Amino acid sequence: MGDEHPYADDATLVAALRDGDEDAFAWLLDRLDGPLRRLARTFVATPAAADEVVAETWLAVVEGIDGFEQRSSVRTWVTRILMNRARTRGVRDRRSVPFSSVEAPTFPPGAFLGPDHPRWPGHWAAPPRAWDELPAERLEARETVARVRAAIEALPPLHRQVITLRDVEGWPADETCAVLDLSAANQRVVLHRARARVRDAVASYLEGP
Amino acid sequence: MTGPEPTDLPCAELVELVTDYLDGALPADWRARIDAHLATCAGCRAVVAQWEAVIRLGGRVAHDDLEALEPDVRDALTAAFRSRAQPQAGPSSGWGSTSSNQ
Repeated sequence: MGDEHPYADDATLVAALRDGDEDAFAWLLDRLDGPLRRLARTFVATPAAADEVVAETWLAVVEGIDGFEQRSSVRTWVTRILMNRARTRGVRDRRSVPFSSVEAPTFPPGAFLGPDHPRWPGHWAAPPRAWDELPAERLEARETVARVRAAIEALPPLHRQVITLRDVEGWPADETCAVLDLSAANQRVVLHRARARVRDAVASYLEGP
Repeated sequence: MTGPEPTDLPCAELVELVTDYLDGALPADWRARIDAHLATCAGCRAVVAQWEAVIRLGGRVAHDDLEALEPDVRDALTAAFRSRAQPQAGPSSGWGSTSSNQ
């Protein structure tokens, strides 16, 4: 699945779908399978339950394509259907993480000199380690990616949804806001907190406790 | 310590702005303050590089966290799409029975 759009634009894609073009449907299915299933997993307890929500979403897309008014991108439209279905289903039985852990500052206060330090108030007491001084194969190892994945899955749902769309899927900020009903500023706050906790997980893996 | 002082922006404040900085969401004067700070502060440069690494590693999560879409799920969805695309001939019992078999 490449990033190039085989349909000239969204309007062409919608026209093909309304025409019953199965290639267009298969292309959309592949393109959105990842983001839909990853988002669905932030709502429900098991991958199987998530896949059910995704299948319901696709059936709603099939039924709704004729009525789609194209005031958003197809991707945003489909993903918002998923979000609504997942919320309506209301299954929130996954164990949730204490919210305080994600609201902690980016670095612990002890990382910085106090505000009354005569020369360097608020500057590093213990600067973070530069990861590019580590062996590159360590930073880029699959095990490191597995730690990132585990850290993302341990986040509270909204933080997990934002970092999934922004960093795992590589979606732009404005579309992430549209799908999750967030303001631009709020989206960045949540994303920053999420990345900070993932950074912590990578740091403790790479640098040791 | 040689070189200019790392500006009036404390590292403790800068680290809270890294996502805004990388998103290009800061006003020009704040961006300039951060650039000036980074020019003299290895610790904060390391943090920005760590953020970039987290973003890159996040993208790699997408390579192997999901199994492929089940062929029977794909077939069922494609059948639903195909049945929608049928000419309007009323609620055909043939299609109804096909989809109820999925």
